[in-house]
Amino acid sequence: MIAREAKVLLEVRGLQVAVAGVEIVKGIDLVVRAGEIHAIMGPNGSGKSTFAKALAGHPAYVVTGGGVLFEGRNLFELAPEERARAGLFLGFQYPVEVPGVGNSAFLRLAYNTVQATRGKDELDPLEFDDFVRGKMKLLDMDPGFLDRSVNDGFSGGEKKRNEILQMALLEPRLAILDETDSGLDIDALRVVASGVNRLFTPDNAMVLVTHYQRLLNYIVPDYVHVMEGGRIIKTGDKALALELESRGYDWVMEEYRARVAA
Amino acid sequence: MGEEEAAGMSTAVAAKHPYVEALLKGCTELPHSPLSWLDGRRAAALERANALTIPTTREEEWRFTDITPLTRIPFRPGRSAPRLTERDIARFETPEAAIRLTFVDGVFSPELSATAGLPYGVLVKNLAAGLETHCVPVEPHLARHAAFERDVFAALNTCYLRDGALVIIARNQDCPTPVHLLFVAAQKEIASYPRCLVIAEAGSRCTLIEDYVALGEDAYFSDPVTEIVLGDGARVTHVKLQREARSAFHIATCAVALGKDAEYASHTVTLGARISRYNLSVVQQGEGARARIDGLALVSGRQLADTHSFMDHARPAGKCVQLHKCIIGDAAHAVFNGRIVVRPGAQLTDAAQESRNLLLSGTAHVDTKPQLEIFADDVRCSHGATVGQLEQEQMFYLRSRGLSEARAHNLLIYAFGAEIIDRIPVPSLVAQLGRTVLEQAQTAA
Repeated sequence: MIAREAKVLLEVRGLQVAVAGVEIVKGIDLVVRAGEIHAIMGPNGSGKSTFAKALAGHPAYVVTGGGVLFEGRNLFELAPEERARAGLFLGFQYPVEVPGVGNSAFLRLAYNTVQATRGKDELDPLEFDDFVRGKMKLLDMDPGFLDRSVNDGFSGGEKKRNEILQMALLEPRLAILDETDSGLDIDALRVVASGVNRLFTPDNAMVLVTHYQRLLNYIVPDYVHVMEGGRIIKTGDKALALELESRGYDWVMEEYRARVAA
Repeated sequence: MGEEEAAGMSTAVAAKHPYVEALLKGCTELPHSPLSWLDGRRAAALERANALTIPTTREEEWRFTDITPLTRIPFRPGRSAPRLTERDIARFETPEAAIRLTFVDGVFSPELSATAGLPYGVLVKNLAAGLETHCVPVEPHLARHAAFERDVFAALNTCYLRDGALVIIARNQDCPTPVHLLFVAAQKEIASYPRCLVIAEAGSRCTLIEDYVALGEDAYFSDPVTEIVLGDGARVTHVKLQREARSAFHIATCAVALGKDAEYASHTVTLGARISRYNLSVVQQGEGARARIDGLALVSGRQLADTHSFMDHARPAGKCVQLHKCIIGDAAHAVFNGRIVVRPGAQLTDAAQESRNLLLSGTAHVDTKPQLEIFADDVRCSHGATVGQLEQEQMFYLRSRGLSEARAHNLLIYAFGAEIIDRIPVPSLVAQLGRTVLEQAQTAA
């Protein structure tokens, strides 16, 4: 679904990010347009998740260089909640458990906050209940999860479904899904992938951060980026993902080192 | 003031401590009871009160809790209470509790009490009257469980023993609605000595709400003692709400005795008082008894809230689950000392204690101390304590879904308290306390 004239949603220029004083992301350039699906792949420790968390505004991830425009606005001038309200969504690799906060109340609070920002009507608890149950059905989620605390005692797969449910409710312009496939069995992966595909439109975009090619069998990316050492060292199309699957990452790194040395 | 009772309690040896002596002024004017055993116990308590002093931080049990501010105010006993109307106490009513005893400044108020249509096998009345009608079941228990030998505040209360709540649930009876014991502070500089005796006979069930409230903001002193006896297989849920005025002093003692297979659940919520102390001791007198001990202290400003609990596994196969939580704002101070003793022979004891504390400011302070003394080998005992600020990861997660920083902050404080509050089996209290936590969270933000 690549359309060259499509609106640019995210523009990353020379982004550098440090965690606890150590630079992890060392200069990323990336342009994401409406209607595109990008996959960011790479070995563990390559900086994929750091990049994702910095975009969402995690306070421990300090931007030390470069900049990011989100729909033309300087992303780093926005607090995490302002980014969410502006339409940026991060699906967490490890969704956080919040004992004592009911999932249903939390989902409604998040939904209504974002709706209010968009000038749309908020839903009362009864209306919301109907609405959220409909969305849960699409994700094959047990409505019993509404009555529990946020992610508290959920299995890995349940947590990931809860993330996609939040994405379905918040209808972001740009969703960054950080290792959403990890910890999912094949059935859960299919359900989650079909949920993501259903939410994808020509007006929004997805960035899938993933370690494995598996997810990309179900969600077909327009671009595949390989990250290593805090940089994107290669960009290709979905064929690249398959090649990585069969050949591993070493050849990309060697190719990159040769290019840099030249 | 009242005429000198010729028959006044006459063991008027000079007290060792001038402040105790001042507090005792008036107790010698109380009339003798026709019950010689009761007179004997009061005289013994007076003797101990005279011998004891106001504890200082040099004593291990009071190391973290300096009560000298109490001794700067000359409290006097409340001989008579102002007449209040239903409207004065309407905001403290608990709709679920059809049965209520109300005490104003420690004095029983029949007009504000509701004991009509008590179910079969349930007795709820003023202790002073109950002593005349139910002396036989009361005698083995009153002032028998709450030890006053080394505790000046329990001794003082026992010296003044007169009005109070008497609850007796007969064998295998079930009290269908909660019993609300409402202690209202109305006048300033009054010392009141509320007393409760609850006897849940074998196989009976009941829910108590022991509730301390104030009409004003003036300083006063509450010194309550509660004794709860659970017969074999009895089940008692005990909600204690301490919502005294924020300039008041509240030093409470509660002693619980558990029969075989009895089940006791304590839900203590501490919100008020300038300085408060709660001494809760639970003795497992029969095999297989179970206790859940929940506590939540929510303090701010310059409040100090101290909870000392003592779970005594004197018999085998007991189970105890304790969770104590503190939310501490401003320059407030919370203290928790959780002592668990497993006596020799109390095999198969299963005890788990957790103390979790949330500091909302750089000047908030908590002292938490588990104290496990285990003298049996086949037992499972665990304890843990955490002190922290709000979880950064939780804050970020909520904010990443569009919630403002303040909203996320309040929600997490609420959630921290909700774990305790939600287990109170009285829906109107759950809702009310939930709102209180949210309000306090907002002022701490």
